[in-house]
Amino acid sequence: MSLDALVPSAVDGLMLGFVYGLAAMGLTLIFGVMKVINLAHGPVIAIGMFVVLLVSQNLGLSPYVGVVIAALVGLVVGVVIYFGAVDRVIEAPEVMTLLATYGVSLIIVGSATAIFTTSPRTVDVDLGALRIGGITILGTHAVAVVISVLAAGALYLFLFRTRTGKSVRAVANDRPAAELMGIDSRRMLAISFGIGTSLAMVGGALLATMFSFTVLSGGAYETKSFVIVVLGGLGSPAGALLGGIVLGLLEGVTGVFIPVSWVPVLEYAIFVAILVIRPQGLLRSRT
Amino acid sequence: MSGRRSPFLPVVLLVLVGLAAVPLVTGNPSLREELFLVFMLITLASSVNVIMGYAGYVSFGNIVFFGLGGYFSFWLMDVHGVTFLVAALLGTVPATLVALLIGIPILRLRGAYFALATIGINEAMRAFVTNFEPFGGAVGMFFSFSIYAQYGGAKSAAVLAYVVMAAVAIATVATSYAIKKSKFGLSLMAIREDQDVAQVVGIDPARAKILAYVVSAFFPALAGAAFFFKNGIIDPPSAFDLTRSIESLVMVALGGIGTVAGPVIGAGLYEWVRGFLITNPTLANIQLVLAGLLLVVVVLFAPGGLVGWALRRFPQLRGVVE
Repeated sequence: MSLDALVPSAVDGLMLGFVYGLAAMGLTLIFGVMKVINLAHGPVIAIGMFVVLLVSQNLGLSPYVGVVIAALVGLVVGVVIYFGAVDRVIEAPEVMTLLATYGVSLIIVGSATAIFTTSPRTVDVDLGALRIGGITILGTHAVAVVISVLAAGALYLFLFRTRTGKSVRAVANDRPAAELMGIDSRRMLAISFGIGTSLAMVGGALLATMFSFTVLSGGAYETKSFVIVVLGGLGSPAGALLGGIVLGLLEGVTGVFIPVSWVPVLEYAIFVAILVIRPQGLLRSRT
Repeated sequence: MSGRRSPFLPVVLLVLVGLAAVPLVTGNPSLREELFLVFMLITLASSVNVIMGYAGYVSFGNIVFFGLGGYFSFWLMDVHGVTFLVAALLGTVPATLVALLIGIPILRLRGAYFALATIGINEAMRAFVTNFEPFGGAVGMFFSFSIYAQYGGAKSAAVLAYVVMAAVAIATVATSYAIKKSKFGLSLMAIREDQDVAQVVGIDPARAKILAYVVSAFFPALAGAAFFFKNGIIDPPSAFDLTRSIESLVMVALGGIGTVAGPVIGAGLYEWVRGFLITNPTLANIQLVLAGLLLVVVVLFAPGGLVGWALRRFPQLRGVVE
């Protein structure tokens, strides 16, 4: 590839980065509030993809209705996962919550494989394309960026402007103190898990409008989310969005200069380097 | 630390040696294949238990050492004609070196950050090897059939690999016991309970953790060498398989985290349950779902695993079973 490809590739990566960031926000919100690394994050992203598939193919509705439904389904699924697998071990050593959420991920992947098989799926969405100079912006990508930004904004409005959101932040800061103030911390943890799952599912739903996917696609995005949350600082939703943009841009730009297969080497090297040098992430952690 | 010597270790070792001898005596190849896998899983689970169960650091990507040992020894045998045993021992060098060099910075991280870092290292190594032409890149490497000639053919090479794998597993379990009973093991458990307090009482947490991490890298590297020697083919997805890494954590949890017997029982049980689920036609489809359910139930209702449950149920076992 030549330098002519640099700008279009960078723009494409940048736009994709918003969606990566959105999905990662779900992971980081859950970690920030309850110090749980949700290993069911990838499978949950995949559920978001299949919600869009079902809504558009079986109900014949617009895939973007599917995105909204994915957000709602995510909320419910997240609360169910919290009470089913996390609540009992929330105070236990972290290996327990890791294993519990991994168990959930097996259950989701297993049932999804039994129902949908692992063959690749596509959702047909054509919103045209916008050409500016040599750059082509696909309509689906532009809409995905807008929805990601709106969802991120909504999360911040919720966390900083609503009573429930403030309670969630209080629980994240200091659970015993929040309980003394009369906050039902279990409820707040469940809500946070629901919202985190919902964000991941919306991310998955948007990815489904752009790329083909399988039951197992969530795994790749889960590892990307790990890289992103470390870039942005574990527990910081704004950092996750920024981390997503950085990762997307990095993929777009480096893909021009080095063979594509080397890009993950670079990604993970940066990931480990950041963990070692600056574990608090590019931004300071703040929930 | 009771005064009398408990017969626990001799009993466990005797059982393992006896088990290992069965397919050699009866010459049953399918049982040998099965036990080969079980001994490998015991090695992986017991190794990760040292850093995770004793020191409390969840090493998610511990499989990276299995892959490194496998790759390096495979390369030595395939390209340089080094014999298996020497290659297997040399294969531990890069694995323990990586554990040492990477361990120094990342073991300063606490909890979740360490867990994520180990995933990152495994993925980085997998991505790197996929691009590393001397190791065959994405395709990997495979033996020409003649390589087994010096061991008396493919069949006796498989027996040799089996004996080595069994020996490695037994050595891992013995080491795990020795560590648990040593001052070093005590300092690891002190770090697990409260690192700051451990430091105050004179433990050097950094040194103890790095040593534990190196131990947890050494045996998987040997297991990787034996596994891929018998396999005759190695490629990045099979060497650096994160799922296998997580499975070994599941086995530890199933058997009993932080115990010597737990990873052994967990590995055997896990393999047995999986074999049962896969071969049962009605359950094969949902075997992942059942495995997931089992895991969630164990974590939620028996967090000490089987051994932990048994110790609570039968207090007279305390001080006998480790």
